Amino acid sequence: MRIELVKRPQHSVLFSALSPFIALALTLVAGAIMFSLLGKNPVDALYYYFIDPLRETWSLHELAIKAAPLILIAAGLSVCFMSNNWNIGAEGQFIMGAVFGSAIPVLFPQFQSWIVLPLMLILGLVGGAAYGAIPAFLKVRFNTNEILTSLMLVYVAQLFNDWLVRGPWRNPQGMSFPGTVRFHEYAVLPEIWPEAGRANWGFVFALVAAVALWFMMSRTLKGFEVKVLGQSPRAGRFAGFSAGRMVFFAFVVSGALAGLAGISESSGAVGHLNEKISIGYGFTGIIVAFLGRLNPLGVIAAGLVLALTYLGGEAAQISIGVSDKAVRAFQGMLLFFVLACDTLIHYRIRFVGARAGAGEVAQNV
Amino acid sequence: MFESIIITIATAATPLLIAALGELVVERSGVLNLGVEGMMIMGAVSGFGVALMTGSPWLGFLAAAIIGALFALLFGFLTLTLVTNQVATGLALTLLGLGVSGMIGEAFIGMPGIKMGNVSIPVLTDLPYVGKLLFGQDPIFYLSIALTIGVAWFLFRTRAGLTLRSVGDNHSSAHALGINVIGIRYLAVMFGGACAGVAGGYLSLVYTTQWIESMTAGRGWIALALVVFASWRPWRVLAGAYLFGAVSIGQLHAQALGIGVPSQLLSALPYLATVIVLVLISRNRRLTLVNTPASLGRPFVPDR
Amino acid sequence: MRKTILSLATAAAALTFATVAAEAKVKACFVYVGPIGDFGYSYQHHQGALDMQKNIGEDKVEIAYLESVPEGADAERAIERFARSGCNIIFTTSFGFMDATNAVAARFPDVKFEHATGYKREHPNVSTYNSRFHDGRYVQGVIAAHLSKAGVAGYIASFPIPEVVMGINAFVLGAQTVNPDFKVKVVWANTWFDPGKEADAAKALIDQGVDLITQHTDSTAPMQIAAERGMKAFGQASDMIKFGPETQLTSIIDDWGPYYTKRVQALIDGTWEQSDVWGGMREGHVVMAPFTNMPDDVKAAAEAAVAKIMGGFEPFTGPIAKQDGSEWLKDGEVAEDGVLLGLNFYVKGVDDKLPQ
Repeated sequence: MRIELVKRPQHSVLFSALSPFIALALTLVAGAIMFSLLGKNPVDALYYYFIDPLRETWSLHELAIKAAPLILIAAGLSVCFMSNNWNIGAEGQFIMGAVFGSAIPVLFPQFQSWIVLPLMLILGLVGGAAYGAIPAFLKVRFNTNEILTSLMLVYVAQLFNDWLVRGPWRNPQGMSFPGTVRFHEYAVLPEIWPEAGRANWGFVFALVAAVALWFMMSRTLKGFEVKVLGQSPRAGRFAGFSAGRMVFFAFVVSGALAGLAGISESSGAVGHLNEKISIGYGFTGIIVAFLGRLNPLGVIAAGLVLALTYLGGEAAQISIGVSDKAVRAFQGMLLFFVLACDTLIHYRIRFVGARAGAGEVAQNV
Repeated sequence: MFESIIITIATAATPLLIAALGELVVERSGVLNLGVEGMMIMGAVSGFGVALMTGSPWLGFLAAAIIGALFALLFGFLTLTLVTNQVATGLALTLLGLGVSGMIGEAFIGMPGIKMGNVSIPVLTDLPYVGKLLFGQDPIFYLSIALTIGVAWFLFRTRAGLTLRSVGDNHSSAHALGINVIGIRYLAVMFGGACAGVAGGYLSLVYTTQWIESMTAGRGWIALALVVFASWRPWRVLAGAYLFGAVSIGQLHAQALGIGVPSQLLSALPYLATVIVLVLISRNRRLTLVNTPASLGRPFVPDR
Repeated sequence: MRKTILSLATAAAALTFATVAAEAKVKACFVYVGPIGDFGYSYQHHQGALDMQKNIGEDKVEIAYLESVPEGADAERAIERFARSGCNIIFTTSFGFMDATNAVAARFPDVKFEHATGYKREHPNVSTYNSRFHDGRYVQGVIAAHLSKAGVAGYIASFPIPEVVMGINAFVLGAQTVNPDFKVKVVWANTWFDPGKEADAAKALIDQGVDLITQHTDSTAPMQIAAERGMKAFGQASDMIKFGPETQLTSIIDDWGPYYTKRVQALIDGTWEQSDVWGGMREGHVVMAPFTNMPDDVKAAAEAAVAKIMGGFEPFTGPIAKQDGSEWLKDGEVAEDGVLLGLNFYVKGVDDKLPQ
């Protein structure tokens, strides 16, 4: 009994739509099994993970706060990955965006005006873009593998930020603890709906960016260029597209958005720059990009689902005592199933019996 | 003192070396498995757990290898049979590994583990200056050296190794010649998983004899970098692993000596060094092309 | 008829009593920055919570906790979640939760918040508490100076924050009472918890000639390395004797039980007030693990040092000079708490350059 893949002549539209849901269903089943093995009631566990966080307004706001950086980063990464450039360093670009943007309130605290925040956001975009341009440059000029360079640069960015907030940028009134001064009110990203919860404008940026990128990918020539170069560099060359310029484009766009996420997070949710500014958003963003199947609109849904698992994990921890490590296992399983189900879109699965040769027994899916 | 420092460097380099050698074989067969970190951490937790339960670190290492291979098998099934995207699947493997190992490992937190003892040869170990370094280390250190020799010999001096390399260079031609591309890649992937598992077990059975979640602390990623750094050649992997280990240990010594460079800069040195070396190595396009397995990362579906 | 009324009345009284008693159960919630199984910092906080529950009684107080909460945007959400789920008092056990604690406290004036190792009390329902860990470091220094033949100890430090600097200074001051030329080599691990890195740091220090290891990081790895190399070491945050039966001299144990009991009891009694407590050995916050693996005369010296501190002695009592030789404290002058909480310089005798 063997599994054989037969390439479909065209992508199955049915499975394109269904596959994320099948994957989600499979994950729920696997998750239920996992919880039962841990000795917890699976229905309760799944309820706390997926339903409970949706029940209260403040919780929905928290969902938006958690999802915003994920969506922003993943939207940029989905474009990048579609062009077959692999930016694994979004975490580093997130940090550098936060650093660049924080420069204004930290170095010029007396500069208080409505223009501070927009400038900070622009600097965030620039910082992330510039840092993302480094692996791009190394790839185009020196043919260096961008996965590894962008990854190594993450560690460098983390250590650089650490040095800044403990050294030159440390708050003099902060009792010698690491972290910059708290941003003044003109430098804080405001909440959208303060009475109902903490969600800030970062969520709006995320939605706007995702929709804009979707539009670009599906309706403009640039989007076409991205997809063609991603799938077939030769065809792209014949069409006159430059692969080198695409590398820069991909990294600069994804880096800029990661940087924007960084400054939004520090000026919105946290209120200053400290050494703990990123807890893996850059890497989770990669997961979200794939969960959203590299489609900027899909990324919105995927980001919300992933944020849901984080919130649900906390609820489950308090209510039924499931450890927080289950959340990561959950996310890994979800990604596995999504990737596996995606196969159904491109290929048909045939189960071929042992007597393959004369008279095959085959069942098509 | 210098002998002791070199031994410390060897201890730091050994897990990187073993994991990188495994990944080297995998990549030589044309598969890119980014899940090294996940396989390593699974090896660390299973090695620790089995050693604790049986009292034998050897059984721990065996378990680590098996679990690593099984984990890799999961990756193999997805990328080789279902032809999923290798980058994403590798990342998913890392995520799953970190999560599952954390859950399993909860029972082991705060427990002193079983340490694998050092080798002791009657006269040789006591030699001044080089005795302990050459003849008195833990058995896995010697395994790592043997593995380097073994992988180099296998890849470049055996027919099977040639077959594997041909699969990595051009899977379509290899398939046309009747070579079982998928089968060879499955074996390579599982070998890589076993190596990563042993490397992870080293962390919890020799390096520190305890279990902490996410204790691999990025070493899987360093191993991946080492493979490229070494242009997919085993002896260069050894050099790279020891270089990285030396920089990591060196920066601690610099601090203890009171050298006033900011510690973050010293901590960043290994990563910066890797980037620089990667750039230097990749600059010569022809050299890179000669050494890179051309089919690396490309999906393979046998068409009938 | 009378019996029925009597029994009904008794039942009603019992029911009312039970309801009242059930209603009066206080919910104390704890936010931990690490896993409670870390056998270090968070573990000790949880032990304190459990001790508190034992002291006050499970019928009067229930506890809930969240572990491994990152110190960032997630912290505020975790604390708010607790506030919304009926907690009467919330203990946030790490410095990085400071802003989040104060932000949530503003929104929930009826809930009490207790923040460990911080300094902001922006609302009347926020208290802060801390431990004078350096009391224990002083005692360690005394022991180290007695036992070290090389006159140098290795110090694995985490981050250059005031608490760690205080620890290094107190250690050296204690050692200097026995050996005025005692030295300390400091390695900054830049992490609270990374066994691999801590092990490497311990090895590097030993290779450079120290014969005693002390740490301000949370894993047991340095103890294990010291055990392997046949040296002595001090544990951190909890009793690490299990990891070095012949190696551990003593350990500074964070005992939060007495403080937690006091605060929750005050809440139950209705006498809870905002406070800023910085207790040390005298108040029972800092306990030394049994003195082991040392000769009797050293043990006696250690116990004498403990007695000295219990009797009112503050480790930071002059005459003390700064690292550059300038005077810091005059003879008999005691350092102010405010200065200590922001300490960013070394005393004379420390050879390290403090990362600024």
